[in-house]
Amino acid sequence: MSREITLQTPLSDSDTTPLRIGDRVLLSGIVYTARDAAHKRLVDLMDSGKPLPFDLKGAVIYYVGPAPAPPGKPIGSAGPTTSYRMDAFAPRLIAAGLKGMIGKGARADTVIEAIKTFKAIYFGAIGGSGALIAQSIVASEIIAYEDLGPEAIRRLEVRNLPLFVVNDTYGGDLYKEGVEKYAE
Amino acid sequence: MKEIDVTRVTETVERLCIEANTDLGEDVENAFRTMAETEVSPTGKEVLGLLLENAAIARREKMPICQDTGLAVVFMEIGQEVHFTNGDLEAAIHEGVRRGYQKGYLRKSTCHPFTRKNIGDNTPAIIHYKMVPGDNVSITIEPKGGGSENMSRVVMLTPSEGIEGIKAYVIQRVRESGPNPCPPIVVGVGIGGTFERAAFLAKKATLRPIGTKNPDPELEALEKEIHEAVNRLGIGPAGLGGKTTALAVHIEMMPCHIASLPLAVNIQCHAGRHKKATL
Repeated sequence: MSREITLQTPLSDSDTTPLRIGDRVLLSGIVYTARDAAHKRLVDLMDSGKPLPFDLKGAVIYYVGPAPAPPGKPIGSAGPTTSYRMDAFAPRLIAAGLKGMIGKGARADTVIEAIKTFKAIYFGAIGGSGALIAQSIVASEIIAYEDLGPEAIRRLEVRNLPLFVVNDTYGGDLYKEGVEKYAE
Repeated sequence: MKEIDVTRVTETVERLCIEANTDLGEDVENAFRTMAETEVSPTGKEVLGLLLENAAIARREKMPICQDTGLAVVFMEIGQEVHFTNGDLEAAIHEGVRRGYQKGYLRKSTCHPFTRKNIGDNTPAIIHYKMVPGDNVSITIEPKGGGSENMSRVVMLTPSEGIEGIKAYVIQRVRESGPNPCPPIVVGVGIGGTFERAAFLAKKATLRPIGTKNPDPELEALEKEIHEAVNRLGIGPAGLGGKTTALAVHIEMMPCHIASLPLAVNIQCHAGRHKKATL
């Protein structure tokens, strides 16, 4: 039923528009980590017209606060956090060029609308599979807000990060449709 | 009278924090396997397989099952014949959490509620004490993640809402939580007591091993009924659709005030982590 597609960051419209909800994606390239506190700071920077710590154009943000890296590993356990806490900020970032988001859990209508308008994409990663996901992360570097600890912005290099397309550029919502299919 | 040096408490807490976060209980893994056989959604089946793979990697690499290694919830059962020596018991527990989260490369998730500044060592632990007869001390550590805790609620129902009101509330809570608490979940339900005791009972209910029966036949039947109902919601593994929304529903109940019907729903994600040791 679902297709498996490989994608390389940065993403463009030609990457996002062929995707449909339920597609399985193996993502490679660079993704940036950010959670609630980092999103707040990014939007504050935008409000004051200052440059962001990374280029948003075509970028993918992964909602994750990883566990510390044990010796010899690039990162610790690194599964997704719940995305709704970033909903207040996401439309601003999408309008400014953000192309992909990775998290878990349903998004607000405002985010789904911005995804449609700007041809962005929302991927679901499997919550609570942080040890498995860490195997797809080959490098990690803090690039901003080290004081936030696990919530600092990291630049991750990923290889074949396993994801599901949850919200596509056509307004589809896998959480809604998947659940409707199996509800009795 | 038995003397227990509090440094033993620190060492035990340290070890349990690491074990609980990296070594998923057999009961949870068995439930993944059993549910994978009956899950009708291909994606759901695949997710359950990935969770088994994740647990195996975590155990082999001594890596946390989930990056959210939780707040450290500590259940202490202290025999009344025990005398703790060599220091402050509560400080010893916090020190065990501090060391375990440092040495085990576990994420530190405690922060100031207003400034959100990270405390840096995952203290303070959330400690529940119970005095029991005898001279044993048992320590249970349950690392509790934020995503599933955020979906939990306490509500004071009116007595007239009764058992039907309880069922409806629990099912609605699971429905509204959807994919957020990382299903398949364990639904801990606390009924009765007071406002805070209902919440404690719900938390305690999440500790019962999956697959064990409730000793009260009435509650056992209620658990089965709610479990079947939540698995008809369609949420499924990772919330991507399917029949395996809950691994279990566990209920703890006690008498309540004639005017009240306290109800708490504590949702536990699929990483139902807890380890116990006895001193």
